[in-house]
Amino acid sequence: MSASIAINRRSFLAASVAGGTALAFDASLVLAAATADAPAQVLNAFVRINAENTVTIGAKNPEIGQGVKVMLPMLIAEEMDLAWEQVRIEQTDADEKRFGVQTAGGSTATPRNWLPMRQVGAAARQMLIAAAASTWGVAAESLSTARGAVVHKPSGRSATYAALAKAAAALPAPDLASVKLKDEKTFSIVGTSKPGVDVAKIVKGEPLFGIDTRLPGLLHGAIIKCPAHGGTVISFDDSAAKAIAGVAAVVAVNSGFVPEGKNDTIVIVADSWWKASKAREKVSVKWDDSAVSGFSTEGYEAQAAKILAGAPQTSAFTAGDADAAMMKAAKVVSAEYAYPFLAHASLEPQNCTARFEAGKLELWAPSQAPANGRAETARFCGLTPDDLTIHLTRIGGGFGRRLLNDYMVIAGQVAKAVPGKPVKVLFDRTDDLRHDFYRPAGWHKLAAGIGPDGSLLALKNHFATFGSDGKPARAAQMNPAEFPAPVVPNVDLGVSYMATNLATGWLRAPSSNAMAFVFQSFLDEVALAAGLDLPELMRRTLGDAREIPGERAKFHTGRARGVIDAVCATAGWKGRQKGRGFGFYFSHLGYFAEIVDLSQKNGAVTVDKVWVAGDIGAHVINPLNALNQAHGCVIEGLGQAMIGQKMVQDAGAMTAENFGDFPLMRIDAVPRGIAVEFLETPFPPTGLGEPALPPVLPALANALYSLTGKRQRSLPLTLT
Amino acid sequence: MSVNLTVNGRKRVVDAEGDKPLLWVLREDLDMPGTKFGCGAGLCGACTVHLDGEAVRSCQTPIADAAGKSVTTIEGVAANDIGRRVAEAWKALDVPQCGYCQAGQIMSATALLRQNPKPTADDIDGWMSGNICRCATYLRIRAAIRTAAGLAPETEVTKPAIVEKSA
Repeated sequence: MSASIAINRRSFLAASVAGGTALAFDASLVLAAATADAPAQVLNAFVRINAENTVTIGAKNPEIGQGVKVMLPMLIAEEMDLAWEQVRIEQTDADEKRFGVQTAGGSTATPRNWLPMRQVGAAARQMLIAAAASTWGVAAESLSTARGAVVHKPSGRSATYAALAKAAAALPAPDLASVKLKDEKTFSIVGTSKPGVDVAKIVKGEPLFGIDTRLPGLLHGAIIKCPAHGGTVISFDDSAAKAIAGVAAVVAVNSGFVPEGKNDTIVIVADSWWKASKAREKVSVKWDDSAVSGFSTEGYEAQAAKILAGAPQTSAFTAGDADAAMMKAAKVVSAEYAYPFLAHASLEPQNCTARFEAGKLELWAPSQAPANGRAETARFCGLTPDDLTIHLTRIGGGFGRRLLNDYMVIAGQVAKAVPGKPVKVLFDRTDDLRHDFYRPAGWHKLAAGIGPDGSLLALKNHFATFGSDGKPARAAQMNPAEFPAPVVPNVDLGVSYMATNLATGWLRAPSSNAMAFVFQSFLDEVALAAGLDLPELMRRTLGDAREIPGERAKFHTGRARGVIDAVCATAGWKGRQKGRGFGFYFSHLGYFAEIVDLSQKNGAVTVDKVWVAGDIGAHVINPLNALNQAHGCVIEGLGQAMIGQKMVQDAGAMTAENFGDFPLMRIDAVPRGIAVEFLETPFPPTGLGEPALPPVLPALANALYSLTGKRQRSLPLTLT
Repeated sequence: MSVNLTVNGRKRVVDAEGDKPLLWVLREDLDMPGTKFGCGAGLCGACTVHLDGEAVRSCQTPIADAAGKSVTTIEGVAANDIGRRVAEAWKALDVPQCGYCQAGQIMSATALLRQNPKPTADDIDGWMSGNICRCATYLRIRAAIRTAAGLAPETEVTKPAIVEKSA
């Protein structure tokens, strides 16, 4: 709707949110009419009231399948007292000055926006009430709202929001921090199931995704990158490619991950992507990979073994005296664990469309972190951030891959090379797998001391990971609050770094997706040595219900107990049983306990059922989507453990070519049932994109041990 | 080369290199981006279309092989009764997460129900195992196929258990 609306900024309102980040809203923008006879009135940057008394709500965050495009508007609609049928949802552009933080990552959308989005809706409602009060000459306190109308009960008068919108939009916007929010007990939208806003379009194949961007005269770019990560272009010969009719340009650019002034990517631009892709074999490139071609999986493994045989280079966290406690322990258990590099493999390959004209760059970007993309693209294009307009497309899977914006940086530079012409740069599957930002591999040497009461008295871990100059590579750190460190009295988490040429990055439930496997599998071994099962070891270690302050997140032992007890009750856990395994984890502010049931037939192991209990606070905002997210987390976690997922490196380059080498979960490996239970506890609601994933890995590993009697300490597991 | 084919009931003439995959002809030459590019190797099923009623991977189908044939894509699948029931079930159960693979899933599911109107659970898993859903909406895919076939879903896929609990 309303393709070109002129914005007339009248006032500006800033509100601060938890975390101290300034969140700015344009609070009273008056927009030109959507059509001459159907005026739309805008109360703030997120809310537009339409003539037919529907309300268009801006969804500000990138939609990667997590359901945020419905969830955030639900919060606004709730406080505006709308009927859901009145709500229309529009994806906003990327513009953090207007909309605040617009990142899809870290399961942060709910905790970060729970109050601010409700305040936006409440402010709009308050303005509509004020308009009615002034029109009718009655006190605002005597008015109520329901189904998109203001009602004056004493006189029986009522007016739709549409009728009041013009007067309301002319009022000063209230201070967001002072607006009155609903009593949570009266919620009528939050906590009810709302289907995805784009589903009707998806089932008809309508263009929604970045790859579907269509513009007049669109050109297409296919990429060539140095197989060894970090290799740069010395020279290239594009004469044969340029001789092909329809090839418009061959451009060398910097994807943003090699030093400025160097290039690591060649882009062939043509009038068809198929043509550009085929023309790649006609371009010969001379690469400088001398500094990066020596890295390999084999090399890391040998180096990690040496590192773990020695003392850690540095410490991530200590509490009490782990060495002294170990001496006093009734029993000491030790083991080594490992896990490989993983790719994200979102099904929509990386892409971005860009057009450069008159010094301005316009982008259609499937990015999870468009603000970073804006800054980086501006820098590599020699522009200022304000020169960029960024449209957010629906995204065919994120999983953390699109928190990094190489495709934007590349597309921006290519667009600059063909000014006036829009160009869509698209990776093929091999590019996508071989030039990802990988979940880093890691190696752990663990020891635990068991106290006389069977609780965990001491925990030591030496973590061999990637980094340089004493600092971890991206997403390769040990979080000091990593569970179970906050509840163990004596802890020593040591870290050693080794170099890699690979770009590393965040994969759904970063760090926790690996650490849960390591620590909860190891604790299953500890429990066995203590004569307990893992849920019981957890209970004894958690102790009384209390909140433990933490560097990054508070941890509540009572909430952890709650989900552990719930999943054990629902699944009928009766101590150690053959084919059953348990895992608990706390990540991204969510508490999850899971049980995996396995069976074996003719040697083949099948995952029959997974049980999930989770606590994400007082409200499961959209239960329909919450269940889909939990299912997705569980199946993705199973995929990381049981189908051979690992990225292998040789001579500096990743070897996987396609899904044959890096398998993804398919329907025939999926358990027949995943039972999900949420405990609604009196704490602010938190996110669900990630925390249901980590516990399923150790639950599976522990189930496999109970089934086979053989402990597997390295991912991926072998299911025999 | 010039290729005549029928797409969603409409006669089309395309001028393209004979080895250009049907996928890219649909997306680029016919301006129909509903059919998706996932792997380019016939491994993920995102590009599934019907060629003379059979489910095929359009990334592995040179346009020359589609000459004179009838192609149905996601844009036209609901024109037939089975396709419409499948699409309706997908909506009713809110199957998609990101939604990128779902065109291919719906095309495969429709082809399944055409040749096997009452599939067993194993039939569904066997037939659909060529289609990857990276978000893993598989429980809902199974349930939606059963719903479209008039069978009851085998497990709860829309309502989580929610229990209120004090601290």
